[in-house]
Amino acid sequence: MDMSQYLQIFIEESNEHVQSLNQCLLQMEKDPEDKDVLNEIFRVAHTIKGMAGTMGFTKMTKLTHDMENVLHAIRNDEIKVTSGLVDVLFKCLDALENYVNSVIATGGEGDREYKSVIASLNEILENKGAVSTPAQAEKKSAETTAVAAPVQTDEKYVTAQMELDEFEQSAVNKALDMGMNALKITIVLNKTCLLKSARAFILFQTLERYGEIIKSQPVVQDIEDEKFDFEFTVVVVSKSDDHLFSKELNSIAEVDEVIIRPMNRVAAEGASPEASVKSETEAKASSAVDSPAAKEGEAQEAKQNAGSNAPKKTQRTVRVDIDRLDVLMNLVGELIITKTRLEGTDITEKPQEYHETLEYLERITTNLNDAVMKVRMVPVETVFNRFPRMIRDIAKDLGKEIDLVMSGEETELDRTVIDEIGDPLIHLLRNSCDHGLESTEKRRQLGKSEHGRINLTAYQSGNNVIIEVSDDGAGINIEKIKEKAIQNGILTREAANAMSQQEAIELLFRPSFSTAEKITGLSGRGVGLDVVKTKIEQLGGTVEVETYSGKGSKFLIKLPLTLAIYQALLVNVGSEKYAIPLGSIYQIYEWKAEDVKSVQGQEVILLRNMVVPITRLADSLEVPDSNTKTQKKLKIVIVRKGEKLTGLVVDSVIGQQEIVIKSLGKLLTGIKYLAGATILGDGNVALIIDVNSIT
Amino acid sequence: MADVQVNDFDTKQFIVFSLGDERFGIDSLKITTIDRMKTITRVPKTPSYIKGVINLRGDIIPVMDLRDRFNLPAVEETEETRIIILKLEEVSIGVIVDQVQQTIQLSGEDIENTTSLINSAAAEYIFGIGKVGGEIVTLINFEKLVKL
Repeated sequence: MDMSQYLQIFIEESNEHVQSLNQCLLQMEKDPEDKDVLNEIFRVAHTIKGMAGTMGFTKMTKLTHDMENVLHAIRNDEIKVTSGLVDVLFKCLDALENYVNSVIATGGEGDREYKSVIASLNEILENKGAVSTPAQAEKKSAETTAVAAPVQTDEKYVTAQMELDEFEQSAVNKALDMGMNALKITIVLNKTCLLKSARAFILFQTLERYGEIIKSQPVVQDIEDEKFDFEFTVVVVSKSDDHLFSKELNSIAEVDEVIIRPMNRVAAEGASPEASVKSETEAKASSAVDSPAAKEGEAQEAKQNAGSNAPKKTQRTVRVDIDRLDVLMNLVGELIITKTRLEGTDITEKPQEYHETLEYLERITTNLNDAVMKVRMVPVETVFNRFPRMIRDIAKDLGKEIDLVMSGEETELDRTVIDEIGDPLIHLLRNSCDHGLESTEKRRQLGKSEHGRINLTAYQSGNNVIIEVSDDGAGINIEKIKEKAIQNGILTREAANAMSQQEAIELLFRPSFSTAEKITGLSGRGVGLDVVKTKIEQLGGTVEVETYSGKGSKFLIKLPLTLAIYQALLVNVGSEKYAIPLGSIYQIYEWKAEDVKSVQGQEVILLRNMVVPITRLADSLEVPDSNTKTQKKLKIVIVRKGEKLTGLVVDSVIGQQEIVIKSLGKLLTGIKYLAGATILGDGNVALIIDVNSIT
Repeated sequence: MADVQVNDFDTKQFIVFSLGDERFGIDSLKITTIDRMKTITRVPKTPSYIKGVINLRGDIIPVMDLRDRFNLPAVEETEETRIIILKLEEVSIGVIVDQVQQTIQLSGEDIENTTSLINSAAAEYIFGIGKVGGEIVTLINFEKLVKL
């Protein structure tokens, strides 16, 4: 029987069960005596076992079966729940999660058997009552990592052994002929790097600034999907030499090692001699990566690579409340009825009725729009619910007592935002645990509660959703940041002294600032915050920081409700139309041209005693036929850029309109001043201005 | 890459269009649609041969002026001016041409790999010359032209 049609259902349900198992285990840890929770865990494990069995996933079945045995013994009071036992159960959960992920990626459960987990389960059973202590368990896990480690170092630079195909080799040859350099660059990321794909994105941007990437191993798509270990290799042709690359790449945070090797000219036919020599000596390593046929159990990583090359078998889905679908269905029904009504109405004979119907049509389309947007909305709970477990693990690692208090889980965000927001939040939460909260001892000395507290709050505010991560730790040490900046040569001492608290905090988000962990020991904060910021800004959001010395700090993430539709102001610049996002508009003024002052070549206006720089859009956008130069009165749209105001001079204002944002496409990405395009009522295209990039 | 593979296929259909007196060919499989001239929205900070973007049934598509790209003198648009929408790998792009003329079938032996003969700005982007009944059609490698 073909099971593939049930695969999607299996994945969705397993994810749900794994999630509820997670919550139950956390509950069990808090209250080991709670029989209801135990029964729930038993039920969930049993369901997963049944489902996995039906799908023929024998390893999953085996694992859940052994879990069941242990749970059964607990239920019969043969075994007592201890923290060591809960740890083992958590390990089972992780294993199950990995199985499910493997099913999502490849359609199969993979080859790992988690023997150590199963062994500890059986050990618990055999010893009855005398559960292996956490120390033993730790030792066991240490053993397993010790086994895993050499394999990893063996394969450490496996991506460096990639081979170029004919076409890529000819591109390299051509570049060499033109006197350019061809370099093979292997970049190894720090093992603690959390947002690997975002970090890789920054690295790629840097690489592309100085040269052209010919090949990357693993392929870019996999790197974007975070399907790589901690290293990747690219072949770059560039006019610049390896020194420059080495300098630029090493200045990026969380990069452990950069290995640059110049490539030589090789005849286009056949593999490069360098590679062919290698392919003999290191055939084992490369074949493990390249051919999915190599099925050595130890080459776990390689298998994942091979699996990821196959197209993803599952699709991204959204679970939709049936009520919402009904609303959608009703609206579409109305739409059809109205269309029929319009067809039957003669505009010359019954103009009144015709216009009424048109108005009705407009109402329906507005509602329809809302309803479709709602379908795409997902509660942040789906992201939040993995955090309690994570905080528990971190707290154990750090030896701190941490309470995570979450609220506003029901707040909804667009699916696209939800998918991306998880990693930055993990980063911020880790940051709070690690650096924000003091050690238990220190807290006792300070007279604070020994339990550190982290609040994770989400709420809607106008057209935005705010997510706050706050802790009651020591707060950010501004002086230490400044000191560090001076040491790194980013600031002079004078500039540092003149700097406000807010400006100093901004330093934390600078990519070059948070290099290496040096900062961790010093002031805490700063490791990888640039990545968080980059990610949030990609989503059209902002990050703000508040800190209170001795009382804690708060990170505020402001995200747009949806990325697809927003209100905008349409303006004329010359004969062209542009859209400015309404959210960033502060006010619109008409200003006498003679009242525009000039300060060091920059045009400014004095707005209620505030000096506001102005930009003539016609100049920045190179509009040929604007007449703002000769106008006596200027229309100025004042926009907010973070905390600052800027005036944009336009020819005239058309009005407010709801616009659907469209990308300008791959060929026209990264054009300064533009955030995208939209289609106007007349079918023509208007460009959307990116307020943040206008100077 | 294309240089090597030019003669590898049996027959392919090409759409022939003109720029002034010269005739060019595009592999018809790469063409999504051919449209009349429509309003083009200029996009600032782009090379001069990118005329801007158009709305093609809800998608935003960049449009390239082929005359400008080949350094040919600009002409007034006429009734015959067309935008050919191409889909190259994952990217769509429109190109403005003077006139779309006909479709032709070319087999491998009808195509001559004579890049060296041509001496114009377009030379780099040509992968061969097609011969149809005494006339010649220049075949363009659009992937290279838009630098994918």
